[in-house]
Amino acid sequence: MRRVILCAGTGCMANGAMKVFERFRKEIDRVGLNVVLELRPEAGDRDIRLSKSGCQGFCQMGPLVTVVPDGILYTKVRPEDVTEIVEHTLVSGDLVDRLLYKDPATRRHCRGLEDNPFYARQDRRVLRDCGFLDPEDIHEFILHGGYSAAKKAYLEMSPEEICKQISESGLRGRGGGGFPTERKWEAARMQKPGKKYVICNADEGDPGAFMNRSVMEGNPHSVIEGLMIAARAIGADHTLVYVRAEYPLAVERMKRAVADAEREGILGSNVFGTGLSLKCDVMEGAGAFVCGEETAMIASIEGRRGMPTPKPPFPAQSGLWGKPTIINNVETLAHVSRIINEGAAAFRSIGTPESPGTKTFALTGHVANTGLVEVPFGTKLRDIVLEISGGVTDDAGKPMKNGFKAVQIGGPSGGCLTEDHLDLPLSYDSLRSVGAMVGSGGLVVLNQRTCMVSIARFFMEFTQRESCGKCVLCREGTKQLLALLDDVIEGRADAGTLDLLEKLGRAVQVGSLCGLGKTAPNPVLSTLRYFRHEYEEHIFEKRCRTGRCKALLKPEINEERCKGCGLCIKSCPTGAITGEKKKPHHIDPELCIKCGACATACKLQAVEGV
Amino acid sequence: MATAHVAVDRAGKFRKVCSILERYDYRPSGLIPILQAVQHEYQYLPEEVLTFVATSLDLPPARVFGVATFYAHFALEQKGKHVIRICDGTACHVKQSLPILSAIHQKLGTSEKQKTTVDALFTVETVACLGACGLAPVLVIDEQVYGGMSPERAVILLEDIKMQESAGDSQAAAAIVNGEAHVN
Repeated sequence: MRRVILCAGTGCMANGAMKVFERFRKEIDRVGLNVVLELRPEAGDRDIRLSKSGCQGFCQMGPLVTVVPDGILYTKVRPEDVTEIVEHTLVSGDLVDRLLYKDPATRRHCRGLEDNPFYARQDRRVLRDCGFLDPEDIHEFILHGGYSAAKKAYLEMSPEEICKQISESGLRGRGGGGFPTERKWEAARMQKPGKKYVICNADEGDPGAFMNRSVMEGNPHSVIEGLMIAARAIGADHTLVYVRAEYPLAVERMKRAVADAEREGILGSNVFGTGLSLKCDVMEGAGAFVCGEETAMIASIEGRRGMPTPKPPFPAQSGLWGKPTIINNVETLAHVSRIINEGAAAFRSIGTPESPGTKTFALTGHVANTGLVEVPFGTKLRDIVLEISGGVTDDAGKPMKNGFKAVQIGGPSGGCLTEDHLDLPLSYDSLRSVGAMVGSGGLVVLNQRTCMVSIARFFMEFTQRESCGKCVLCREGTKQLLALLDDVIEGRADAGTLDLLEKLGRAVQVGSLCGLGKTAPNPVLSTLRYFRHEYEEHIFEKRCRTGRCKALLKPEINEERCKGCGLCIKSCPTGAITGEKKKPHHIDPELCIKCGACATACKLQAVEGV
Repeated sequence: MATAHVAVDRAGKFRKVCSILERYDYRPSGLIPILQAVQHEYQYLPEEVLTFVATSLDLPPARVFGVATFYAHFALEQKGKHVIRICDGTACHVKQSLPILSAIHQKLGTSEKQKTTVDALFTVETVACLGACGLAPVLVIDEQVYGGMSPERAVILLEDIKMQESAGDSQAAAAIVNGEAHVN
């Protein structure tokens, strides 16, 4: 039986995937094949199983349609293309060339995942099933081995054995800091028996990252299975998924998955016949970045303002409602079932000794192929940023030769790295040594037209807004850092500004309680370290090499080029341009608001410096 | 003040809030989901409702207001009929989301401070990240996500919705928002 899988992640849905789905249903029926929407043990020759999947990662090219077992991947499929796919591929077994992905480097059509440069260099483990399973069908998950690890953990393993296996695997938290998962589990397991909690941290607030969203949308049961194993390991009977409310589809799919697991008796009062009970709640966040911090998340679940508290006591000792609690990221939990099923050695066989396994990254910014990638730790940044990405692009999305300037990794807590770092093997420790961090895994590629001071300001504005206000240095320090960056961008800074930025940045790192404040100055400090010359240009030459900083622009009319046509005079909203007809015009800097309208209007490119 | 008439009126007015509170067993720990449900009902959190929730949960009003003002999702002012959210996450930001925001502000006469239009038709907000980074820059109107936006496209979209709304055709406007109708 053939199967047609439509990517139904947020990206493809926004591009009209559901309309494509409906059209498939009609067209398959029209040509006399049977549309099968549910999983069936027996299938006829003329049956076509039509199903949705979670995010397949290649968001730029959506909506995506996969045909299996043929292994064909069609990209950018519109409803009007469906007839052709049904008639040519499903009926006659041919390819529709124009819908295949065309490799921009070789201009060759790629048939499926194997020969597609975006997928071929990846090692998809956590994401593997996201592009295949129907996230709304628990039976399909079970049929592909789902919940077998949870069953093993409950029936064949003791909590000690589970913790030992996780310890041997070397699994580290995928949410940011890379803390060894087993240490949390072991600490909570050692607490005296009683009420304990496991929380899944799905509050993916890092702007520019969407790995957790994709896992929850694409394979929600894998998260529940991870939670179950964690609960068994520490002896908890209550789990909770704290999802960001900006992800409505992830919330819906998680809720549905929990309800399905309860209906099947996987969650509930008698898990796998052991007599142990386990419940799972799904709670929506309310829009506070700081709630990604463990203690702040606990406060939020308890119905209070999401403000962190000092550690110790660690949540594993005294967490939610004062009970032992472990908090793990979505991706960390999604790794757990495979470690239990395949063993620690198998998990360790990829990645680096101190950072084993794979990591998903959200690859965005000025690149040809934005989307979700999963690679083993130890992969060079270059492979992701320049190879899998399909190359750097300009602002209009066209390929840009030698366009790479920097890659921002780890979001507001991370840093900006340069060309020199591209051969660095990715791991928690290698990135920390150069002033960045894996963070949750956002990789934003920046082209030559990006002003690094403005990027630092962008992140500082974010952390300043999201600071909960508890620690003085975070609350006031981020505000002052932002003001200093504004001075640089608006031409008020002087020689002392950079020193002050550095000193204050370090003070905020030291004087803040939680991860938000401790890492908030990273984008500023890392750009100061690697792009100091750009700061200096802004301060001493009052110039922004990219022309993005409006206050530093000095529009002038090149007298040799100007033919005195008057187009610029008409376009100027403030009447700053004067001049006689057929004689070079002049801009009055006092009146000019640097809007750039004159440069757009001029047909001879005579306006310079905008 | 506390006449029977007023009491009946209050109970009637807050009947929906009461049913939400019941759903959460009047547990103070459920404050955030309760406020989310209330906001879903009213589109925002009116002051008197917050006070009512505080009294019902036996919490100081300051605690409830503290939570309502802490989280970005809670709105203390009424929003417009259509809520426009411009994503200003990193990916959207580097792909020039701010010019889209200024174009929308200019078109609707809104600003950072004045988020809702005078005719209460639109509210313009920015959001840190919607997780649709592959489609940057992204704009969301009500629940519909639009990827690969430009200032020009955004303005055309708004003009179409505005035109249908001023013609009194809410259904046609909704169809445009949902991407079901053709946008010129």
